[in-house]
Amino acid sequence: MLNVKDVYKSYRKGGLIFSETHQIIKNVSFTCHAGECLGIIGESGSGKSTLGRLILGIEKPDSGTVLLNGQNMADRRVRAGNISAVFQDYKSSINPFYTVKDAIMEPMKRKNKTGKDGLRKIDQLLIQVGLDPSYKDRYPHELSGGEVQRVCIARAISTGPNYILLDEAISSLDVSVQTQILDLLKELKRIYNMSYVFITHDIQAAAYICDRVLIFKDGQIEELVDIDELKDVQSAYAKELFQSIISF
Amino acid sequence: MKMLLNLRQDKIGFLSSIVIFVTIMLGVFAPFFAPHDPNQVNMSLRYAPSSMEYLLGNDHLGRCILSRLIIGIRPSVLWVLAALGVSVLIGAALGFLAGYFRGKIDTVIMRMCDTMLSFPGYVMALAIIGVLGVGLQNILIAFILIKWAWFARIIRTSVLQYAELDYVKFAKAPGIKDLQIIYKHLFPLTFSDIAVIASSSMGSMILQISGFSFLGLGIQAPNAEWGMMLNEAREVMFTRPELMLAPGLAIVIVVSAFNFLSDSLQVALNPALSTGQKRSKQESLSTEKKEVLMK
Repeated sequence: MLNVKDVYKSYRKGGLIFSETHQIIKNVSFTCHAGECLGIIGESGSGKSTLGRLILGIEKPDSGTVLLNGQNMADRRVRAGNISAVFQDYKSSINPFYTVKDAIMEPMKRKNKTGKDGLRKIDQLLIQVGLDPSYKDRYPHELSGGEVQRVCIARAISTGPNYILLDEAISSLDVSVQTQILDLLKELKRIYNMSYVFITHDIQAAAYICDRVLIFKDGQIEELVDIDELKDVQSAYAKELFQSIISF
Repeated sequence: MKMLLNLRQDKIGFLSSIVIFVTIMLGVFAPFFAPHDPNQVNMSLRYAPSSMEYLLGNDHLGRCILSRLIIGIRPSVLWVLAALGVSVLIGAALGFLAGYFRGKIDTVIMRMCDTMLSFPGYVMALAIIGVLGVGLQNILIAFILIKWAWFARIIRTSVLQYAELDYVKFAKAPGIKDLQIIYKHLFPLTFSDIAVIASSSMGSMILQISGFSFLGLGIQAPNAEWGMMLNEAREVMFTRPELMLAPGLAIVIVVSAFNFLSDSLQVALNPALSTGQKRSKQESLSTEKKEVLMK
């Protein structure tokens, strides 16, 4: 169970002497249960990605805690193999000096899963995400955006994590590929029984895959709703947000 | 290994690396290659033109120019290379620290760099020579003291650019160690930048050290050094201009070899730029796709 409790985060802006702090995340608490897909919806600049980095444990909150099964996420031993991520920008999500094989192997090395079994596992993962195993020796610049994103997903699931953070994972892809990736994610979730934290600004995509949606505004949780009750949102901001979708 | 193969496809790069390799070998084993004692004076051969015995002729003291040129590789190329290596190493270590960890470390290191960089390079070198005395060793120390800040700054900028990329974030998520991330993910990318700035400043350092020797602040007579040989030839510039050719050309050739090599390295080190022949077999990657990726 992923537990985010009373989290605050601010950044300092400016130089040594004249600096001002910007509060990015204010008093955020929620839980993501095992096997659940939790969507985090918000505008650009609302602090979604910062929240994502806090969940991943690569940044520490100013106060409050992010716990994975009761242990602090800031400890790298807790994170190892248990949480993984897929990011938005497919151009920078794989080291350009790595082949597909190296990229998928990277988190696996951390769990000492290499050698022959590792290679077989890579083939299996590539097939699972709908790519040919011959892609192993290609470099990321030789792949299309959708293919890179599939490789990233293969990389994310390679250690069999309980949680995957998808930070705008489909936003830079075109619409037809988006649906394919979403279907793939659904399928993988069923097979591996993982939980997703799905950060997006795309309400339709969130509605397609998520079980619950957290509406995020200015670093605060506006509302947390089940996907079935999406029509009956209470807060003014959420209503406005959905209005803007239905209008076209 | 793959990098070397890539480099072989690039004719200029390949040629430059051969020139540099041969120069270094000549310098390291200079006493074996030098046909004569470089410091042996023979006034009867004063300004002698090239002959079978003295291939490049003799200078104003009748010394063998070829031997002096070969011995001169040591201070002009090898010691400069060593000084460059040390300053790149210091610069890279501090640059990676500053760029990767940011925050207070970054501020402290960068203010140190600013302080160093606020002195004009030549003046700083002259000041150090003034304090420590004339000599090649002191010039090299001065170079290291001046150049590290410059390297640190450039490498930091290069690291900053890559440290926020998604695959670095991804590597941090499952808890891969910082040192490993720097080594595996940041170093290969910044290496092409480092190679390029290092090799281009190699050129300027050779010229600077020759410049100092020319002023008489570097290596002392009778030892050979390219800049000093130029200086000696200067005195007879109008009567015997050919004496300037050998050291002048040697400097030009080595400096351009380093510059060309840095250009080629940049291409050879980057898989996206160096897909070359091996990949052209794969028709699956259409040119159209490439265009999209280039954007």
